[in-house]
Amino acid sequence: MSEQGPANEPPINRPPVVADVVPPAADVAGASQIRIGGFKIPTATLRAYTMVFALIVIWAVFHYTTNQTFLGPRNLSNLLKQSSVTGVLAVGMLMVIVAGQIDLSVGSVVGLAGGIAAMMQGRGVLFSLGSAIVVGLVIGALHGALVAYVNIPAFIVTLGGMLAWAGVTLGLMKGETITLTLPPFRAIGEGFIAPQLGTALAVLSIAAIAWFNLRGNSARRRHNLATSGLGVTIARIAAPSIVIALFIYLMNKQDGVPIPVLIMLAVAVAGAFVTQNTTFGRYLYAIGGNPDAARLSGISLRRHILSAFCIMGALAGLAALIHTARQGSAAPEAGKLMELDAIAACVIGGTSLMGGRGTVFGAILGALIMASLDNGMSLLNFQSYVQPMVKGMVLVAAVGFDMLSRKQG
Amino acid sequence: MTTSGSPLLEMRDITKSFPGVRALDGVTFDLHAGELHALVGENGAGKSTLMKVLGGVYPYPQYGGEVRIDGEARRFSSVRDAERAGVAVIFQELSLVKEMSVGENIFLGREPRRFGVVRWDELYSRAARLLEDLRLKIDPRTPVGHLGIGQQQLVEIAKALSQEARILVLDEPTAALTETEVEILFGILARLRERGVGMIYISHKLDEVFRMSNRITVLRDGRTVGTEPTSALNEAAVIARMVGREVGDIFPQADHARGETIFEARHMTVEDPNIKGKLLVDDISFSVRRGEVLGIAGLMGAGRSDLLMAIFGAHAGRVSGEVLMEGEPVHITRPSDAIRHGIGFVTEDRKRFGLILDQTILNNMTIAGLSRLSGRFVTNVNAETTAGERSMRELRVKAPSIMTIAGTLSGGNQQKVVLAKWLLTNPRVLFLDEPTRGIDVGAKQEIYAQINKLAREGLAIVLVSSELPEVLGLSDRVLVLHEGHITGEFTRAEATPEAVMSCATGHQQRGRMSELRA
Repeated sequence: MSEQGPANEPPINRPPVVADVVPPAADVAGASQIRIGGFKIPTATLRAYTMVFALIVIWAVFHYTTNQTFLGPRNLSNLLKQSSVTGVLAVGMLMVIVAGQIDLSVGSVVGLAGGIAAMMQGRGVLFSLGSAIVVGLVIGALHGALVAYVNIPAFIVTLGGMLAWAGVTLGLMKGETITLTLPPFRAIGEGFIAPQLGTALAVLSIAAIAWFNLRGNSARRRHNLATSGLGVTIARIAAPSIVIALFIYLMNKQDGVPIPVLIMLAVAVAGAFVTQNTTFGRYLYAIGGNPDAARLSGISLRRHILSAFCIMGALAGLAALIHTARQGSAAPEAGKLMELDAIAACVIGGTSLMGGRGTVFGAILGALIMASLDNGMSLLNFQSYVQPMVKGMVLVAAVGFDMLSRKQG
Repeated sequence: MTTSGSPLLEMRDITKSFPGVRALDGVTFDLHAGELHALVGENGAGKSTLMKVLGGVYPYPQYGGEVRIDGEARRFSSVRDAERAGVAVIFQELSLVKEMSVGENIFLGREPRRFGVVRWDELYSRAARLLEDLRLKIDPRTPVGHLGIGQQQLVEIAKALSQEARILVLDEPTAALTETEVEILFGILARLRERGVGMIYISHKLDEVFRMSNRITVLRDGRTVGTEPTSALNEAAVIARMVGREVGDIFPQADHARGETIFEARHMTVEDPNIKGKLLVDDISFSVRRGEVLGIAGLMGAGRSDLLMAIFGAHAGRVSGEVLMEGEPVHITRPSDAIRHGIGFVTEDRKRFGLILDQTILNNMTIAGLSRLSGRFVTNVNAETTAGERSMRELRVKAPSIMTIAGTLSGGNQQKVVLAKWLLTNPRVLFLDEPTRGIDVGAKQEIYAQINKLAREGLAIVLVSSELPEVLGLSDRVLVLHEGHITGEFTRAEATPEAVMSCATGHQQRGRMSELRA
């Protein structure tokens, strides 16, 4: 039986993950799916659908309490722009958290990368924009190396980073705000793509969705696997197509798709592909799900954890560009507490802070919910102190709901 | 020593079940004041479980039967409750807080207080007196983490005595001790015996058992085989009682046609990552042929898992030695190297080392061979599913679909998933570490059949198991390990349970080396 004490288990040499610090909740295994009728649904999936439903409810409530301005083209465009920074960060954060890590330094990195990009405006657009990405990437690599190769817990490394990089920003900018002068830089935050181009992109995406679905079916037939029925296939093509068409229609009624929103969508699609369709993504989930089993399956924990932090860093650089461009200037205290928004977005979207569970779709959804709350409450002229209170409660409620539903399941 | 009158402790008809396994099945045990009563048995015989019942780890009614102390029936609701009744259990995993001082640890939760304020002077002076009493030269203000494992063990005993324990349980107390420390411990035990403390001593080391104990009880498969005065027994008799069971017919008789040597390990040595200088595996060499099942027998802590982990490149301790595949030396520093060279490793403890419990069967099956099955960078779900479903059919994994979450499966099916994972890496040598632990008989038989089938197909298999019948029933050749050394090597014909067990307990230092093979 349990005669095998930990003293006799050969310990495996590997970097730390959250599960080492916080022991997992009881029977994680039995809890990860819920039985509804005859169907067993993974809680992660159920959670995502619940959150789609929650978003729709939130939108409906705000839409009617704001005399139907909330979902009007102008406000919707604003709302999406507001969610773009958190959305980009949340995609990176998702990968870090799925691998059983955490990054608390993201806000400070956004501040530093944005500040450096603003200071480098004199050297040309490409240099200025590139510097933000490079700064983020280098810092991410540093943090990742400390976690993966020196075995310092990510919480500590990035908590230190959060403090240190904020200090560096303050010192570099000498406490002053730098205004953006380069028009292409500003366009990253405030620009739009031409309606015709938007329509073309929409048609292209719908075609791509249809093609991937049909090709997927024929590939399954080749492998002698069950294919989904005609109805399911049509629904799988139609549902996203309708959303895309509606989105483009509304955006084009205004000025077109905002560039920051396009960037967020691109990052989300790339992130979803990497997490779901690459060996790299699968390894991240394995590492977060059971680091010892992952290690024994031949996965290099060090390399993958380092890579996750690098991606997070580069995305923080990209988010810094959007944020700075939207503000029109780089302020020394920019980016503060953004890591918490990104983490909250992931968690609301069903990501487990224990690692191993979560989706890009959920994280983006979480970012949208957070931005919707901000935007809606502003429209309703809620006192500014109420907004963080509500967001905090939503975060706790989302996880609380998850825990309750698990108990029943 | 008094052996008459009502015993200090009586345990009658103790039963304890875990899901799918009956760990204790009507065990009877007693202990007198001033007696050292040894409890021996194979791994999994139920010794530790019995002591957990006694120590309140499994509160009533999680077990069945009756526990009497001084003739009075007791039902402990917690460890604390058992401690108050004078029962102190020193488990193999020490329960000291490393950051706290020796004195703080001894009185943890029972600190001398006045008005809720800890009286440190009293605490330390009482601790010092206790340590002196045991003739230990340890400053009570030293942090426990600064002491060696051996001294920590002695501090545990001091702690037990500070609670005026009358029943002291020692579970493999000498496993981590040096010879000098063992002598100190035995000195203390002898003095405690004079004072009338009753002691239950669990050990695999029969020489210690015979040196120290008054009586010996043998457990086997959760039942009491018998209790006898030590003077009426010898090591051979105890070993016979420990193994005394027929190797049943559940092992399909296999005659593996063996081919050329495919895997060889030379001079493998592994140092304990936590205790400097302590060798878990000391200069072990062995080889396996194509189509051969090599069994590795040995008791817990013999270094079997450490040996496999080290070869596989996953051991945290310092490892030296040489590994050859088909006669060519290969360099393995991490598991991915081992996999690339064709070694598969079904690790022990599938929940901890084998499976990602909240992922699907498919993801678990393909994770180790992912780049081979699916693609170097971009995954191919269809190719994975095809391979996974084939494995599921071949190994007869019982689950609604391949997308079922691995954690919801029964132990036997989980084990099949782990086996499938390694077969999908296309190995030439397969290590199996306790492949049937905690699974039901039906699943065990299916795994046995698979092992034989794989060997027939030419796979070289190294099988580590604590279940002697399993090793003997499946292996073409058996190596026996004891404390990091090979103490015996047997052919299938030579390997009797008694011979293997006597090497495993260190009773016999050099088992029959069979040089018959051409």
